[in-house]
Amino acid sequence: MSALLDVDQLMDKLEAGLRHLLTERGIKSPVLIGIRTGGVWVADILGKRLGIDEPFGELDISFYRDDFSRIGLNPKVTPSSLPFDTEDRDIILVDDVIMSGRTIRAAMNELFDYGRPASIILATLIDLGARELPIQPDVAGQALTLGAQQRVKLRGPDPLRIEIQAAGQ
Amino acid sequence: MIANAASPNHLQLTRDGQLRHFLTLDGLGRDLLTDILDTADSFIEVGERRIKKVPLLRGRTVVNLFFESSTRTRSTFELAAKRLSADVLNLDINTSATSKGESLSDTLLNLEAMASDMFVVRHAQSGAPHFIAESVTPGVAIINAGDGRHAHPTQAMLDMLTIRQHKGAFEGLKVAIVGDVLHSRVARSQIRALNELGAEQIRIIAPGTLLPRDVESLGCTVEYDMARGMKDLDVVIMLRLQKERMEGALLPSEREFYRLYGLSQDKLALAHPECIVMHPGPINRGVEIESSVADGPQSVILNQVTNGIAIRMAVMSMAMGGQVAERQQKLTELTERGQA
Repeated sequence: MSALLDVDQLMDKLEAGLRHLLTERGIKSPVLIGIRTGGVWVADILGKRLGIDEPFGELDISFYRDDFSRIGLNPKVTPSSLPFDTEDRDIILVDDVIMSGRTIRAAMNELFDYGRPASIILATLIDLGARELPIQPDVAGQALTLGAQQRVKLRGPDPLRIEIQAAGQ
Repeated sequence: MIANAASPNHLQLTRDGQLRHFLTLDGLGRDLLTDILDTADSFIEVGERRIKKVPLLRGRTVVNLFFESSTRTRSTFELAAKRLSADVLNLDINTSATSKGESLSDTLLNLEAMASDMFVVRHAQSGAPHFIAESVTPGVAIINAGDGRHAHPTQAMLDMLTIRQHKGAFEGLKVAIVGDVLHSRVARSQIRALNELGAEQIRIIAPGTLLPRDVESLGCTVEYDMARGMKDLDVVIMLRLQKERMEGALLPSEREFYRLYGLSQDKLALAHPECIVMHPGPINRGVEIESSVADGPQSVILNQVTNGIAIRMAVMSMAMGGQVAERQQKLTELTERGQA
């Protein structure tokens, strides 16, 4: 059995949370950067909802992962693409799911190799808890606690679907 | 397992089929070659950033072991290793320990004792990198930077990357390799890669005296007449005339060679109008290639150099990744066996 979460509802919450935060911080022209693969899909939708005309960036964090010394290089790495200068920009970093926080650490290390951004806001569709690093999303669509045998899977890009599966499914 | 031992892949691949050494293209399938090209594409993007460095090989030591001199290959390997954040040691063996009488094995064992993780090896003897990987320092990743007349796999892969960049795919391509194939380890690796990646035609254009015996068995056709060979070409790869390797009179004269096999504007005009011109360098202007062709709009010779860094970053990080993953796997197995 796989349960479904309502993506639109989560996106509504994410959008509202981001609008609130951007107003609060006085950020006028943020840029979106999605982490491959799921984060890119979410960034694409967020860009349209927030009315950000600038094309979003895509980050592949394979070269910055902290498990290279255990599993080697991801054989399916694709080039990161940031179609804008990040120097002094306000960045919304987007991922589909946050858990250990290791992906976000890698993504921020990579971002700083492109320049020094003015600020980074972290937005994730789902927050699964189980953090191993002191990294928290500024905005999340939904917090979720999974059973030991459950995993969450984002399918997309069109339509975007979130499935909660029992292990082995 | 004896059958496996005969294949180079027993040595250069892990059980999961990941690279752990990079010795030859022989036995590497299209998927792995494509993975190398795709990974290199990502490293090209890294080379365009403000900070052209990724942390993959941080804390690892790479030793450039050049038993034969080289400028371009050595410096691009050095830059590649540094952009992967490795510590790099450059050893020009001709001027160091071996000249004091130390044996190759002793030199290598000493370097291994300095906790080296990777040797990049160039050697005049075919099979030297293979020998080192197999018998001398099996725990160190070995990258072949050119051995004798045998192979120069990173050069061939950077050429493949350059071709893919300009032509999109290999299917349907007509490619010629022109010149001194006899002395060329590059040509051998190129023919192998082009065949595996699915090029339609591979033509060797050369005088009979500069062709290895049975060259067709490598999977190519031979053309002695350059005008005929240039027809409809999509890619022409010029080889350097290896004057330092010429023993005896294989050529009447350099001028004669240029007249017959040099790439002039006139001869290039016989190929497809979008044919790209490649050369592994260093070029002998006026010997293999006319200056205006080398510097002309169809030349991608300097792209090859840039791509050389990306390909070497790809191969080094993949081989190091295979080594560490394998070590980790063995450790896990040992732990599990201990617990059982």
